[in-house]
Amino acid sequence: MQDDKVIVCEKLTKRFGDFIATNEITFDVHRGEIFGFLGANGAGKTTAMRMLCGLSSPSSGKATIAGYDVYTQTEQIKKNIGYMSQKFSLYENLTVRENIEFFGGIYGLSDERIQSKTEELLQRLGLKTEANKLVGSLPLGWKQKLSFSVAVLHEPKIVFLDEPTGGVDPVTRRQFWDMIYQAADSGITVFVTTHYMDEAEYCNRISIMVDGRMEVLDTPTNLKSSFRARSMDEVFYQLARGAKRGD
Amino acid sequence: MRILRFLLRKEFRQIFRDKAIVAMIFFMPMVQLILMPLAADYEVRNINLSVVDHDKSPYSQKLISKIVASGYFRLTGYNASFKEAFGLIEADKADLILEIPHHFERNLIREDHEQLYVAVNAINGTKASLGGSYLGSIIGDFNADVRMQLVTPPRQSQFPVIEVVASNWFNPVLNYKVFIVPGILAILVTMVGGFLSALNIVREKEIGTIEQINVTPIKKHIFILGKLIPFWVLANIVFTIGLLVARFMYGIVPLGSLLTLYAFISVYLLAVLGFGLLVSTFCDTQQQAMFIMFFFMMLFILLGGLFTSIDSMPEWAKLITRVNPVRYMIEVMRMVILKGSSFIDVLPHVGIVSLMAVVLNGWAILNYKKTN
Repeated sequence: MQDDKVIVCEKLTKRFGDFIATNEITFDVHRGEIFGFLGANGAGKTTAMRMLCGLSSPSSGKATIAGYDVYTQTEQIKKNIGYMSQKFSLYENLTVRENIEFFGGIYGLSDERIQSKTEELLQRLGLKTEANKLVGSLPLGWKQKLSFSVAVLHEPKIVFLDEPTGGVDPVTRRQFWDMIYQAADSGITVFVTTHYMDEAEYCNRISIMVDGRMEVLDTPTNLKSSFRARSMDEVFYQLARGAKRGD
Repeated sequence: MRILRFLLRKEFRQIFRDKAIVAMIFFMPMVQLILMPLAADYEVRNINLSVVDHDKSPYSQKLISKIVASGYFRLTGYNASFKEAFGLIEADKADLILEIPHHFERNLIREDHEQLYVAVNAINGTKASLGGSYLGSIIGDFNADVRMQLVTPPRQSQFPVIEVVASNWFNPVLNYKVFIVPGILAILVTMVGGFLSALNIVREKEIGTIEQINVTPIKKHIFILGKLIPFWVLANIVFTIGLLVARFMYGIVPLGSLLTLYAFISVYLLAVLGFGLLVSTFCDTQQQAMFIMFFFMMLFILLGGLFTSIDSMPEWAKLITRVNPVRYMIEVMRMVILKGSSFIDVLPHVGIVSLMAVVLNGWAILNYKKTN
């Protein structure tokens, strides 16, 4: 594995019949980086992310995640990544504590690790009093923070977040991004999709996808200057305006 | 194996937290075992009989009261003409017409010979054929009575008479409940196990939690085992409840050993649950899974030999029953419970069902894809 690239992607493509969901995307992500993955609805973000997580097999192109091949080593990839899907997918009919225990167990953490991680997590999320409540009864913001915490429970090299803050209030979003920064500080690479342009500004680098293609890839500052835009909103608007696909 | 423990803990928590499922698992089998054998009765009673008595003699009266006293028939008409009685059949108010001719008594006594006419409404096939034969045997009985009274039997009969006396082994009084209860229990266990397992993985697909599992390094066979074992345990509990109901409600105590029964059930459940899991790996929604399971369950049950005998099926249907796990289950239930068959006797069944279990579960594991 060369230097500090944890995601290496070359002309990665996914076709569904005639439809090219993700079209020859090429990029690298470095260790500890917060990599923003932007694009309009239907631009192919989720498909690309699913390929990188080993949930979906690419049609062509190459990619390695933490040094493992996306075609042949999906199970090794899965040991090294965390994933938080767009749709809330913890068990609503299990309690907060039971969910943490379950996913800790699945990732092979020892009982003591699960125990200490659970306490630490409940403390950090301020969920001590809710620990034995069913997850289904929590407000969305807490659910999302819990999802994220569970996704990084086993201390993966990379965590993939698919629109983690969709529908969440601004205060909780702010707290959520604090958690992302903490994770990045501890060396976890964060790969995140979002529709919020203020969140895009928090990323080290961002890419914008339009109709399955990756149109640009740079730091927010560089993007703004090259598009002569005052905000990321404007950059996004200039690019996404040309999109033919949408929902 | 440690991971399996976490999976099992999670499944059991989810199952016991779902009140509807718990009720379905424990309450449904009991109610069904108590109600269904009472309804699924092979004996045909309440056959509507219309009598056209042209003779109106003591003998004809005697015959009619003998028929009614048998308890199988209900006299719905006492008509003057066959035509009138036939109207009742057309209106579906009568299943059978018995026509007693003029001079029935006279001919019977004087000429030692008489004919009766029976017309059968064959729309309800079972009722018609059974009703016809019940009536036939009652009339035969009546005939014998009459002869006993009237005719002094010659010292040596002119014609040798062969009388067939059947003795019913394994179910001496032909109690249909003894026959049907083990079969219904077999089907109950199959339905509960099959449907629960078929719907479970699909449910995780629908609510999206399977995605969170698929992105973990969990091994596929561990995941499938984690789904298989809980339902295996539950189905065994249902089976045990069923055996208890059979014992205390119907007095059916297995003649063979319980160990043989449970040994077979253990393997059989693996096959049924494997089938359910296989179906769920093919489906994306619970609706799809439900319909597919329903389709196969109907086939399994109708071709399982519970309601109709496999021996009397056409050859092609017999071939299908060979790959029908329910058929083996019903056979083994009847063999062990009614005949007291030993494990050696059911060994061929165990072999076939084991093969099914291996194939179905193997297929389910192969077809469960963590990466699409």
